[in-house]
Amino acid sequence: MTGMNGTTTTTGAGRRLRLADGTAPVLAVLAVLLVALAFTGPAYSEPAGYLALLKRAAPLMILAIGQYFVIVSGGFDLSVGSLVTAEVVIAARLIDGDEAATLWVIPFVLGFGALIGLVNGLITTQLLVPSFIVTLGMLLVLDGAVFLWTGGSPRGALSESFRMVGREGFDVPLIGQLPWSVLLLTALVVAAVLFMRGGTGRMLVAIGDNQTAVRFGGGHVERVRTLAFVLSGTSAAIAAVLLGGFAGVSAQVGDGLEFRVITAVVLGGVVLGGGRGSVVAAMAGALTLEALFSLLNLLGISGGLESTVQGVIIIAAVAYASVGRSKFRTRKGTS
Amino acid sequence: MSAATLVRTRPQWTRFATPAVSVYVALVLLLVVGSVLVGARGGMLLDQGGILNILTRSTALGLVAIGQTMVILTGKLDLSVAYLIGLCSLIGAETMAGDPGMILPAVLLTLACAAGVGLVNGLVVTKLKVNAFIATLGMALIIRGYLENAYTGPAGEVPRVFQHLGYDRIGPVPISALLMLALAALAWWFLTRTRGGYHLYAVGGDEEVARFSGIRTDRVVVLAHVLCSVAAGLAGLFLASRLGSGAPWVGTDAGYDLESIAAVVLGGTLLAGGRGGVAGTIGGVLILATLDTTFDDLGVTPFFKDVVRGAVLIAAVALYARRRGLR
Amino acid sequence: MRKAWLTVLAAGALALTACSSELPPADGPASAPPESSAQSEFFDQSEYERQLALRDATPEGPADKPWEQALEPEMVDTSEYAKDGPHHVCFSNASVDNPWRQVGWKTMQAEVDLHDDISEFTVLDAEAKDDKQISDISSMVSQGCDALIVSPNTTATLTPAVEAACDSGTPVIVFDRGVNTDCPVTFIHPIGGYAFGATAAEFLSQEVGEGGKVLGLRVLPGVDVLEHRWAAAERIFEENGVNVVGTEFTENDSATAKSVVSDYLQREGQIDGIWMDDGTAAVPVLEAFEDAGMEAPAISGEDQQRFLEKWQEENLNAIAPTYPTYQWRTPVIAALKILNGEQVPKEWILPQPVIDSNNLGDYVTAGMPPLHYGLCGCQDMPGFPQRWK
Repeated sequence: MTGMNGTTTTTGAGRRLRLADGTAPVLAVLAVLLVALAFTGPAYSEPAGYLALLKRAAPLMILAIGQYFVIVSGGFDLSVGSLVTAEVVIAARLIDGDEAATLWVIPFVLGFGALIGLVNGLITTQLLVPSFIVTLGMLLVLDGAVFLWTGGSPRGALSESFRMVGREGFDVPLIGQLPWSVLLLTALVVAAVLFMRGGTGRMLVAIGDNQTAVRFGGGHVERVRTLAFVLSGTSAAIAAVLLGGFAGVSAQVGDGLEFRVITAVVLGGVVLGGGRGSVVAAMAGALTLEALFSLLNLLGISGGLESTVQGVIIIAAVAYASVGRSKFRTRKGTS
Repeated sequence: MSAATLVRTRPQWTRFATPAVSVYVALVLLLVVGSVLVGARGGMLLDQGGILNILTRSTALGLVAIGQTMVILTGKLDLSVAYLIGLCSLIGAETMAGDPGMILPAVLLTLACAAGVGLVNGLVVTKLKVNAFIATLGMALIIRGYLENAYTGPAGEVPRVFQHLGYDRIGPVPISALLMLALAALAWWFLTRTRGGYHLYAVGGDEEVARFSGIRTDRVVVLAHVLCSVAAGLAGLFLASRLGSGAPWVGTDAGYDLESIAAVVLGGTLLAGGRGGVAGTIGGVLILATLDTTFDDLGVTPFFKDVVRGAVLIAAVALYARRRGLR
Repeated sequence: MRKAWLTVLAAGALALTACSSELPPADGPASAPPESSAQSEFFDQSEYERQLALRDATPEGPADKPWEQALEPEMVDTSEYAKDGPHHVCFSNASVDNPWRQVGWKTMQAEVDLHDDISEFTVLDAEAKDDKQISDISSMVSQGCDALIVSPNTTATLTPAVEAACDSGTPVIVFDRGVNTDCPVTFIHPIGGYAFGATAAEFLSQEVGEGGKVLGLRVLPGVDVLEHRWAAAERIFEENGVNVVGTEFTENDSATAKSVVSDYLQREGQIDGIWMDDGTAAVPVLEAFEDAGMEAPAISGEDQQRFLEKWQEENLNAIAPTYPTYQWRTPVIAALKILNGEQVPKEWILPQPVIDSNNLGDYVTAGMPPLHYGLCGCQDMPGFPQRWK
């Protein structure tokens, strides 16, 4: 942890403020969106509406957790979208409607996600290939390989028990039906926050901030960075279980998710290049993005304008965050 | 600053040649292996049709990749090129509307629009301090929204005279490929022989250091983005001349955004900026086109192509990294 | 000095002779065939009426082989293309990037295997890139194919390339999407998008009644075949006073489709009918109703295995107008007819069967993959069903 302290050259504000860096704006935007939702959609006047929103946002939020680990340690993971597709297609083919197979397919799917993450991480840290390229290559390889294996389009079917987590819920008094995915999401959020409070989590941020300092401080930079990719791969596997569960087998399930999740993480104030931002903010970014889509849908802005609005908002959000920060930084730099 | 001092202040430029040279060695090896494999199936890789195919395929990607090289050399990247290509093909074709007299105005208007997009990209990156990844991704989404809203399919019409640009050839060499190579040569000259090019490398090497040594880094980055967008605009015009009309998704269907980045990196340019060059990029483009043509001749499924493309990309960059590490 | 000049002259002359263009000749498009795009307005009244009428026409040809049947054929003479076998047939494919094209592509390969007089079958896949398909077609023309089959990626942009292929003297067969020229020997396609959309809309109008709420789910804007489907449906719904509560694009993503439908169920409270221009996401759409604890609506889907199975299991109130994948067999058959000098229809319109609750059982084969298409016409081909799994 000396690395962390060594790089904390900022003034008295200290570390506490830094951990929350960029969290406030995204939470404000999210609050505005949620209020707007409550006004436009009658469904959002009761908890069920928000639970439905959370259920829909859960896969992206989980992906955001994984992507956060990679981004905050200074990398990119572009392979998650095709990994999600690959996992769903693999699971469908292996299960092929057989309930009994679910028991081993779910661990297998999680293991496969972790393995892809491990490969990404090892190539990045051991062969010194930029993670953007490694995961771009992995994206191509996964895209091709999975359909090479299934002969062009998905085969088989998912079992009911595989789909349960993504599709169903259980009844809770007062709030109605609580989706399993929301419960899973909550557990993962708690785990992620605890992880980031721990030594490894802090080292992850420190590596993104200043890798050399951490190395001099005796930190296992390569090991921790690889771990980030493994976690990202695993998060993609979990997201795949949820998405496959929600809507069944599809060859398009992961299309464009990689860019959407990076957008979400950045929207949460996490800085590309690493070292700044919190995992809670990254997830808030994902939720904000989904709330925005829901709002645009409710307002009847669909199709073309939706992407334009999305484009403007991410630029504006990042510009707002970084112009504010860079003022601070230049003062520091020139002093 | 004369050329002599340039060389002296930046003697390492000779070192840039190494990755570029290895790209061409790899290209030659690939051509030999490809010829043998295709030959074994009774075909011929490098007959007139094959050469024509490789070069035609390289042209659009080559144009985009030349521009992308500029941006990547400064340590940024541009994800908006794919949508921009579609937009430019439409602007060009709709302005021409089949009238040969409108070719020049249309070309100028298209390139001006492209430059405008590049300018916005550059300003957002430099003035608003938005990471290039997000800035250009946002721009891509904005253009995409416009295209989805305004177009339902191919539109506009290119006059016949303009189509000659896309179809004429000298022997097996398309005119358009020669023009692309000429542009590459121009870019090479700009990067290695002018002050502007030197600044590009300097900014990519270390932006802070460049700023302290008196380079207006913001201007350099904006310039790189403008050049990149103009190159994408040229690619859009070339595709319009091939297709006979503008097509909104011609850039995205071919995935020119990630494909151009792949070609640049395959050509030995460092993704972090500061090292590499156009010569390698063209090699990278030719390698990708040769792979495609070879696989077509071998009748391989597109899924397998993706796997090989991905593996080649990772392996190539790993080799460059290893070599840099040894040195 | 003189010698040098001579060399330059000679070189110049050589260069000039070598200078050539792939550009197709100027005598451009004669008449645009029905499935033309390029116009931003996707509705053509006369073509619409023609397609609606064609649904009731009686096809000519063997009743058990709809892929050899033709509606209202105008035969053309092909004796100029007659050739001794065996033949080298080439195929420029737009892409294999969706399950419909996958099933079709496998069916076409199986059809080729049926014919011993095809000695070589060369295929180039354009991976959905117009520019690549243009190169593909020109490189096939230079390869000396006996016949060239083209499945164009886009109508307008592929027209010049197809014209150039026609001019080379090779018989050209176009199927699925058309091109804006009548130079191909035959253009093979099912009745078309208007008929598809109208059949579905007529069924739904009847089921939901006047004022009933229908949600339109579409894949993407701007694809001619799909635009035609919606254009027809829109008119039928209007005529029948059906309340179209919205049209949304799903890009065929199951999760998107399911979310969109859930949103509408929340907003509208109830939806009586679902109209789809492509049935890929039909099952997730039905699940959205299930998950909301609602009865399944009247729905129009397509002939995908997954949807048909669900229909059979749950006795849905459904219809499946089809865009049959068996049309991938026809081009191969047409190519051989042409090379034998036999007559073929100039516009080979294939029947477009409609699956309803009565004939549903004929199109479900147990054990096929979820996105298999029931109307592949491949049930009696060698290698069925393994080859399609």
